[in-house]
Amino acid sequence: MASAREMRLRIKSVKNISQVTRALETVSASKVRKAINAVTATRSYATKAWQVLRHVAEQPGRDSLHPLLAQRKSVKNTLVVVVTGDRGLAGAYNSNVIRFVSHRFDPLTGSGQHSNPVPVKYIAVGRKGRDLLVRRGKNVIADFSNLPAAPTFSDVSAIGHLAVEEFKNGLADEVYLVYTDFVNMGRQIATVKKILPLELEGEGLVENFEHKSAGPTAAYEYEPDMRVILDEIIPRFTALQVYQAILESQASEHAARMIAMRNATDNAKELVSALQLAYNKVRQQGITNDILDIVGGAEALSAK
Amino acid sequence: MTIRCEIVSQDRTVFAGDVDIVVLPGAAGEMGILPKHAPVLTTLKFGVIKVRVGGKEELFSVAGGVAEVQPDIVTVLADRGSENIQDIDVVRAEAAKKRAEEYLSNTSPAETDRYLIMEAALRRANLRLDVVQRYRKSGMRIPPSDK
Repeated sequence: MASAREMRLRIKSVKNISQVTRALETVSASKVRKAINAVTATRSYATKAWQVLRHVAEQPGRDSLHPLLAQRKSVKNTLVVVVTGDRGLAGAYNSNVIRFVSHRFDPLTGSGQHSNPVPVKYIAVGRKGRDLLVRRGKNVIADFSNLPAAPTFSDVSAIGHLAVEEFKNGLADEVYLVYTDFVNMGRQIATVKKILPLELEGEGLVENFEHKSAGPTAAYEYEPDMRVILDEIIPRFTALQVYQAILESQASEHAARMIAMRNATDNAKELVSALQLAYNKVRQQGITNDILDIVGGAEALSAK
Repeated sequence: MTIRCEIVSQDRTVFAGDVDIVVLPGAAGEMGILPKHAPVLTTLKFGVIKVRVGGKEELFSVAGGVAEVQPDIVTVLADRGSENIQDIDVVRAEAAKKRAEEYLSNTSPAETDRYLIMEAALRRANLRLDVVQRYRKSGMRIPPSDK
């Protein structure tokens, strides 16, 4: 068993660690709240833009509306935007995303059963994700690390523009977005969304519609014309989806970090009490030995 | 008879309410939207959106975007830089203008991202200042921002 002095130092250091983890937990808790507010603030634009797109899609003659809406017959290249954090100490947050990516996209590249392999390229958002992707030998074509703590739309719109460019130039036939969906404080799920080509059918990509209006009764007048308008809206909408995903991921990251830090604090407390018990025993043992020595000495003297 | 008007930018809702008339800086010129207007989808130029409710007028700067008009609702998807002109911070806009002009005059007009960003910033700053100047002159009482 370690000496009493060593144990005292150990207890002290564990207590210090628990102070640090508790501080990190508190910081993350407030950051989660901010990130959630930011996500909510983007919803109104996303909802409106989506409604406009839907209305346009319901117009007659929509087959060749816009190149960004067109499904390509054969998918030769796939691009994946992966959103992770810049920092660790957030439990399994970053590795969950990467595991999800491998699980979802590795089969495409043709390792095994898939009939016609498709090369997959990656855009990494967040340093941890970039490092993990590069270590696994993925083709990372762009890296957006060290985003500000509360990014504005203009901080991240470049990511969406890059994805649109790749798609337009035929360097990617499908673009996916992988991020971490914030369900609640204790639950965050790695999720994938197809952002290009934009699919206007189905439930849509935006959650929480406030109200669905019935749609226009007459056909639209366009000023100047439909192409120009779609050119305006669709790339912005794509960039906005990326922005939302980043905010959602940040909320998840902070929540994951908060839980991880809370667990660390709890573990540290347990460790301290176990160590304290052991230390007390060692100390008591030492005292008992000392007393025995003294008593033994006294006995020996009086026996003479 | 009113028409619903919603102005949203990427990170917030700028305005939402029932109004009598909306005047938009459309791509083909100013257009006034009254209730029961035919459906129109238009891009917007840099300019001012006017919204009138019961004789009172509210003005918003807008730096481009898209507007969707339907008989009962006008939706403006505004780009960054849209705000109520009462909230425009003149000092900040002037500082931004100066910063952008300095950058632009010291750099060759190569089409780098940074150059384009600064150019856009300059246009937004000019828009803000222009809007404030025009509407403060024309008798509209705008209290100095005391918020």
